[in-house]
Amino acid sequence: MLSLRRVSAGYGSFRALFDVSLEVAAGEAIGVVGPNGAGKSTLMRVISGMLRSSSGELVFEGRSLTRLPAHRIVEAGIAHVPEHRRLFAKLSVEENLRIGAFLPQARRHYAERSEWVYALFPRLLERRRQLAGTLSGGEQQMVAIGRALMSKPKLLLMDEPSAGLAPLVVEQVFNLVRLIREQGFTVLIVEQNLQQVLAIVDRAYLLEVGRIRLSGSAAELKDNAMIQQAYMGL
Amino acid sequence: MTRVDIFLLEAVINGILLGGVLALLALGLNLIFGVIDVVWICYAELVMCGMYMLFWLHVFFGWPILLACLAAIVGVAGLGALLHLLVISPILGSAPINQLLATGGMLFFLQSLATLLFGTDFRNIGLRLPVIELGDIFISYSRLLAFGTALIGAIALYLFLSRTYLGIAMRAIAQDREIMGLMGVDQRRIYLTTSAVGGALAGLAACLLVLQYDVHPFIGLSFGPITFMICVLGGLGNMIGGFVAAFIMSQIIAIGGYYFSIEISYVLAFVFFIVLMFLRPQGLLAR
Amino acid sequence: MKDEVIRRLGPLLLAVLGLAFVPFVTSDYVLHIAIQILLWGFVYTAWSLMGKFGLVSLGHGAFLGIGAYASPLLWNYTGLTPWLGIPIGILLAVLLALIIGYPCFRLRVVGHYFALVTLALSQVALLTIVAARDITGGSLGMTPKAVGHSWYALQFPEKPYFYAIALVAWAFGLCIWHLVDLGKGRAALEAIAEDEGAAASIGINVMREKLRVTVTSAALTALGGSLLSQYFMYVNPDTLSGIAVSLQIVFAAIAGGMYSVFGPTAGGLFTIALPEILRISLGTNFVGAANTIYGALLVIFIIFMPRGIIGWVESRLAAAPAR
Repeated sequence: MLSLRRVSAGYGSFRALFDVSLEVAAGEAIGVVGPNGAGKSTLMRVISGMLRSSSGELVFEGRSLTRLPAHRIVEAGIAHVPEHRRLFAKLSVEENLRIGAFLPQARRHYAERSEWVYALFPRLLERRRQLAGTLSGGEQQMVAIGRALMSKPKLLLMDEPSAGLAPLVVEQVFNLVRLIREQGFTVLIVEQNLQQVLAIVDRAYLLEVGRIRLSGSAAELKDNAMIQQAYMGL
Repeated sequence: MTRVDIFLLEAVINGILLGGVLALLALGLNLIFGVIDVVWICYAELVMCGMYMLFWLHVFFGWPILLACLAAIVGVAGLGALLHLLVISPILGSAPINQLLATGGMLFFLQSLATLLFGTDFRNIGLRLPVIELGDIFISYSRLLAFGTALIGAIALYLFLSRTYLGIAMRAIAQDREIMGLMGVDQRRIYLTTSAVGGALAGLAACLLVLQYDVHPFIGLSFGPITFMICVLGGLGNMIGGFVAAFIMSQIIAIGGYYFSIEISYVLAFVFFIVLMFLRPQGLLAR
Repeated sequence: MKDEVIRRLGPLLLAVLGLAFVPFVTSDYVLHIAIQILLWGFVYTAWSLMGKFGLVSLGHGAFLGIGAYASPLLWNYTGLTPWLGIPIGILLAVLLALIIGYPCFRLRVVGHYFALVTLALSQVALLTIVAARDITGGSLGMTPKAVGHSWYALQFPEKPYFYAIALVAWAFGLCIWHLVDLGKGRAALEAIAEDEGAAASIGINVMREKLRVTVTSAALTALGGSLLSQYFMYVNPDTLSGIAVSLQIVFAAIAGGMYSVFGPTAGGLFTIALPEILRISLGTNFVGAANTIYGALLVIFIIFMPRGIIGWVESRLAAAPAR
């Protein structure tokens, strides 16, 4: 469904990604794990068009999306839940969802989609008119995911959904992700929280200093001695 | 009621009516600042262009006034979009002061262009609307019309910003520019639309002002500075604040003009502005 | 340090010496233009003292107006010599700078807000002058009582005298520019421009540094204003105060290049000579044509040469050897 071929990217003269190749098949949940500063968020930003790659190719459903601007990539069916949620704090929950449905094709299905999102996250229905900035961390994550789902994406990118949340809320958030998976979405999730993420994905890639170090099924990675030593403290 | 009180009341009412048009201008400027993060120093000069368009279409080419108004609104909207494309968008990434100055250069340019094309004569559209008598108070119909239309314009803008996808996106963009692309929003198109809407508001203001004032190349200077003060007073980009500030400023001008002279009333308004900036630097309604 | 002073004063001395010969070889008309360029160049340099540290003031029209009106008013109404009238004007401008600067800096009014607050200030100055028309002549302007050639009244019908005064003032302005550039305050002001909070946290007295440069800039601007009114023997609120003048000052300084010592003067050359040339070549048939072209050029300048003429030349020179 999505494949990255030897993608490199950076900020100015600083290179953050080196020849990263990666595959996501339809219906899969893929994790990208790695330490802080490995380039995980950069990878997400390149896929969603927030950052232009310097070389390499990005193909989605047989179509090249290489170096397209972000709004064209959403159009193609990739939605990105950004790191730290990035809600429009001074807009209501409902308005945040409407922004998510900005694309003409999404506007047509707004009523039906928003109903579906509210059914998925009943809490949001209660807080529909509340300003997004006044919600709790877990609720905000629901809005962020809901907002991304409004464009009816085929692939959902999630950048550190657990970042900055209290342990109890992190548990909730991973339940949300599980819920999304059950709805049949293809998910690409970036996480630092290795144990949690390996429990919900099919396969995962380990990113270190901008390069893919390892890849394999979730079970393989869990059993990998190097990973256990470096990231799980076993 | 003594004679003096009636004149004062008249001044207050006229102040409220003037406030409507100023509020409209402040809304346009705030919209542009909020969405694009630039201050159009030449905003009032766009109004001047609109007034000239109206004048020529109606007086010279004999278009019916309503059609001429519509054409002026569309015309100034186009000017706003053009200003964005030619001047603002090439320097979106440079220092804010350069953006401020580029539009300041446009102020000179538009003023001189108007002088070149039309000369420095004061031109009147020749439309005299009746004066309404309420007991001893005289209110000009054109001011009332201007106030009413400005209010309708403001409400229309409010509905646009709260009900439509485009409007919500305009409010969102002020909060987080970077992720707008992720929502499927093309920033450049939003900027262009905003510039056109800002221009249209200036065009609407032109239609209302042309009923009360003669057109000349420097008419912008009578409204421009006070509009900036209003916007800053209300908090740059804060629409409601700007709306409230417009009526405060217009009252100061109206009442000051009644007790002193028109220049003194403007001095009072500006001094009030400076003092308030020190008391509430983030704007009147800032929390 | 000593080498640095010589390296900096060298070009300046050369320029002054070169310019000192101008009166002997040209007409009064050229001198008239040259005096204006020097005096305005001096004012623009004064503005750039603040501008290059991110303190974008649109209120210099007010300081200029105070300087321009103080000495003629005192001369006409009390007979006080401009030798005292000008310092009084400067003092008033400094006072105003403190009144505006202190609360602005205390409350951290910066960026757009600072520009717009000071913009209001210049408009207050303009309208006050117009409103006080019984004393100032309002928008018709006023003329200092002429007494012919007089050192006491600082009035010289012959152009070379004023040319010399303008040249000295200009050179003085550039010396101050160098002093600020070499002084300890520069690093502090640059740090403040970068990040005010961080600057304060490393022990920089933000208030004092900002006030000092503001007061210096306002004082020099007022001096420039008074010299302009002494030279023209006529003051008018629209040409020496208000928003248009404030904008003109900022434009010239930026168009010339506010980060280089000769930049604002180049801006003066641009803003005085160019409209003059356009006016002469286009004649009076097209009122406004010269200003239209001038306005368009300003916009083009800001878009394509954001560091100004001199800044552009410097970056060209720096890039050339690399190629």
